[in-house]
Amino acid sequence: MNKLLQRLHLDTQLLLGLLSLCLFSIVVLYSAGGQEVEILIKQGIRLLSGLFVMLVIAQFSPQIMRSWTPWVYGIALILLIAVLTHGVQAKGAQRWLDVFGLFRFQPSEIMKLALPLMVARFLSEYELPPRIPRLLVAAILIGVPFGLIIKQPDLGTSLLIAASGFFVVFLAGIRWKYLLSLAIAGLAMLPLAWYFVLHDYQKTRILTLLDPESDPLNAGWHTIQAKIAIGSGGVYGKGWLNGTQSQLEFLPERHTDFIFAVIGEEFGLMGLLILLATYLFITARGLYIAANGQDTFSRLLAGSLSLTFFIYVFVNIGMVSGILPVVGLPLPLISYGGTSIVTLMAGFGMIMSIETHKKLFRHEDF
Amino acid sequence: MALRTRIKDYRSENRLFAVRAIQAIVFVAILLAALISRLVFLQVQEHDTYATLSKENRVKLVAVAPTRGIIYDRNGLIMAENQPSYSLEITPERVANLENTIDEIARIIPIDKVDRNRFYKIKKRRPAFEGIPLKLNMSDEEVAKIAVEQHRLTGVDIAARLVRSYPHKEHAVHALGYVSRINEKELEKVDKSNYRSTNHIGKSGIEKHFEDMLHGYVGVQQVEINARGRILKKLESVAARPGKNLYLSLDSRLQRIAEQALGEENGAVVAIEPRTGDVLVFASWPGFNPNLFVNGIDHKTYNTYSTSENRPLTNRALYGRYPPGSTVKPFVGLAGLESNVIEHDHSTFCPGYYSLPGDTHRYRCWKKQGHGTVGLNKSIVESCDVFYYELARMLKIDRLHDYMVQFGFGVKTGIDLLRTEHEPSGLFPSSSWKRNVRNQPWYPGETLITGIGQGFTLVTPLQLAVATATMANRGKHIQPRLVNRTQDIRSGKNEFVPIKTLNQIPMVEEEHWDEIITAMKDVVHSPRGTARRLNKDIPYTIAGKTGTAQVIGIKQGEEYDEEKVLKKHQDHALFIAFAPVEDPRIAVAVIVENGGHGGSTAAPIAGEIIKAWLMPQIASGELSLPEPEPEEKAVTDE
Repeated sequence: MNKLLQRLHLDTQLLLGLLSLCLFSIVVLYSAGGQEVEILIKQGIRLLSGLFVMLVIAQFSPQIMRSWTPWVYGIALILLIAVLTHGVQAKGAQRWLDVFGLFRFQPSEIMKLALPLMVARFLSEYELPPRIPRLLVAAILIGVPFGLIIKQPDLGTSLLIAASGFFVVFLAGIRWKYLLSLAIAGLAMLPLAWYFVLHDYQKTRILTLLDPESDPLNAGWHTIQAKIAIGSGGVYGKGWLNGTQSQLEFLPERHTDFIFAVIGEEFGLMGLLILLATYLFITARGLYIAANGQDTFSRLLAGSLSLTFFIYVFVNIGMVSGILPVVGLPLPLISYGGTSIVTLMAGFGMIMSIETHKKLFRHEDF
Repeated sequence: MALRTRIKDYRSENRLFAVRAIQAIVFVAILLAALISRLVFLQVQEHDTYATLSKENRVKLVAVAPTRGIIYDRNGLIMAENQPSYSLEITPERVANLENTIDEIARIIPIDKVDRNRFYKIKKRRPAFEGIPLKLNMSDEEVAKIAVEQHRLTGVDIAARLVRSYPHKEHAVHALGYVSRINEKELEKVDKSNYRSTNHIGKSGIEKHFEDMLHGYVGVQQVEINARGRILKKLESVAARPGKNLYLSLDSRLQRIAEQALGEENGAVVAIEPRTGDVLVFASWPGFNPNLFVNGIDHKTYNTYSTSENRPLTNRALYGRYPPGSTVKPFVGLAGLESNVIEHDHSTFCPGYYSLPGDTHRYRCWKKQGHGTVGLNKSIVESCDVFYYELARMLKIDRLHDYMVQFGFGVKTGIDLLRTEHEPSGLFPSSSWKRNVRNQPWYPGETLITGIGQGFTLVTPLQLAVATATMANRGKHIQPRLVNRTQDIRSGKNEFVPIKTLNQIPMVEEEHWDEIITAMKDVVHSPRGTARRLNKDIPYTIAGKTGTAQVIGIKQGEEYDEEKVLKKHQDHALFIAFAPVEDPRIAVAVIVENGGHGGSTAAPIAGEIIKAWLMPQIASGELSLPEPEPEEKAVTDE
């Protein structure tokens, strides 16, 4: 079995972690989606196509991915510009591209992978830790897509994509003094961002986080109901299909962005801890693979992808449990729908490729 | 050397990465600890509080649909409104056995399969504890029957909802469009939360194009419910913001005259106020009853509509593409003058046909015996084809094309009825068009027939009206508009749609335009004009041009015999006109499908519309006419 998986370029432990999440997703969705089989089938198809994409990507060696990187990044940039000029307006934002009227997709999804690839390739070409000129170029590589996505406007995604680029820079060994000055500069920028970048609805969400009762009819409603759902679940939960908050539909978006609250209500703290442990296991395995990567590019890429995955988890759970503002972000591999499943799986395909394409000798052996 | 530094790099880089990976793990652990402590706080420490809150959670949010904006004509006559309609709704959570309850209801009032399917479809996307309509549009009798039995039907309610209604039925339907039940595909394109409790969406026409404005914004109502989901009390709410009212530029009175004048015929009439671009008439006939579509049309009626030879569902004014025939002649003549290809005294001899040098093919004039010597004025008044064969040959296709597009031939009008990219552009051919699209060279013979509006050329009735208005405006090309102003119901504030000039055709010599417009006036007012029947009993002047568009080709040496040809193969009749000549207030384009000659079928329709528009303006003094010219003014066209 192990041999077969190795031949398919799949990592056993990572695959096990991901499959348990998929399975968990189906179980929870049956409850959160009102026991509708149709939702399960649709989600099943998405998860399977995600796994298929992962399998395909894992077949390409890191060297091939590395050589394609500038093209992928360039195309992703062009698509992001296209989305601003020719994109489809939906729900007050311009995030989608219509492909000959056949289907729609969000170019920012491609950038989620293209950016860590590009920054990893760029920094791995030179001596590490990176010096100031290299850091400046890296800042531009991150800043341009960040700006383009923030214009759509999609603040949540742009911050997460910037984070994936930042993780590469961090793992590449950026000196702490630079990091510290970066953090101070960032803090100084916050008031500016508040007045010039954030839209009114985004400010509302942040203010709502501080005082949910101030807006009980809109943004605050989500937070209040999610907290009641999680809190009332207690240590052992109310049991599968028995969560009153979710079954009686007090909880909005219960099968998409707020599915974590359903898990909290029905499976309690125990369920949540098991879920968190699974996420931690996947992240740790990804970092382990990164640490054992054969070249700098592979290490930076695998490390960044793993950390970004964890950040997705953290932001969603933080939002649902009321310690972060409400940003429309699904719980990775559990929430219903979205192109994000395929993107995430493609990322894991890259990590698996890094682990399974290692040659017998290592660079140090020369 | 390079190799050695590399080796060193890899070692230190490896170490560096390992350190950073460990730091990353620490970072992950800190975040995880934050999450877990938050969860422990919520689920252990505060568990009792939240458990109580959960048990007492009785407050739900219910979406309140906004009222759709009303559509008026330019005089404030209601064209589309909202009428209360009674529907039978079931709240599934309050019913023990859904199927049994529906069967029970079906014994009292008729419930068919369509009703059931729709019910289950809506049930899927509606949140719990909301009534789901089973039977729509109940009659008073059905309401009464249910009311009697209601005591034993728990979870069944009669709800009054506002439903779109078009009081004038097929009147102006192709401009208004209609709303119908929203489907999954449309839901993906709109803000789902704003359509939470909306059942209908604009499917065509103005209803679709102005959907965003007409729809408004959803409201929220906090309600207290009991354990079985019944609403006990209404709490706080955010009122829905109703959609905006639209005032059209359309004049219902004129529109009706056009529709009645078309009567049994199929065709289209578009009338535009040249100065503003206001579309006064936008008629495509026959029409259909949009009310039937609002709650889903039954298959039988739909089939009658869709298979009818008269194609009532087709918007001819917008999508109908017809050869413009002789109506292009004034424009081609103007192109000749303004390009200095001909002088105003240019003349041609018409023997009844025209041949290219070195070719025996005879391009026929509609008048077999020929017009004799023809000058520019006569060529328009009597519509001589040979004059335009020769003029087109001298102009050459590309120069002709470049002039004609300025009037909007082959160009989208940009009307506010649909997204411009979906508007048909018609076609005015050029040699590069033929090379690129057909991958064929341009033949000289094709230039000739283009000169008389046949061949590849296709126009929509709307385009023809815009071109006529541009002629009336002496080259000022204005974008047509159907919506004049929008009105916010709550503030009562009006927003006016600005007049948009697309381009001004450069005028080489004013006299050239006078020449052409006088000739168009003579089409109506000279005793030999092809539309002379219009000049009876009118105090104003009309400039016009008749046209006839071939539906079937006639072979060389064959005759077109109206009697022998089936009705559906008869020529289309066209007429364009504007009036009064000195101060144009209206430009009209009429197309009567298979109507024969433009002068006899299409022109009278235009005449009636012009009269209906101008007479009240004259009566009110808004339009003052110049002193009537002396009667003896003879037309010197021979």
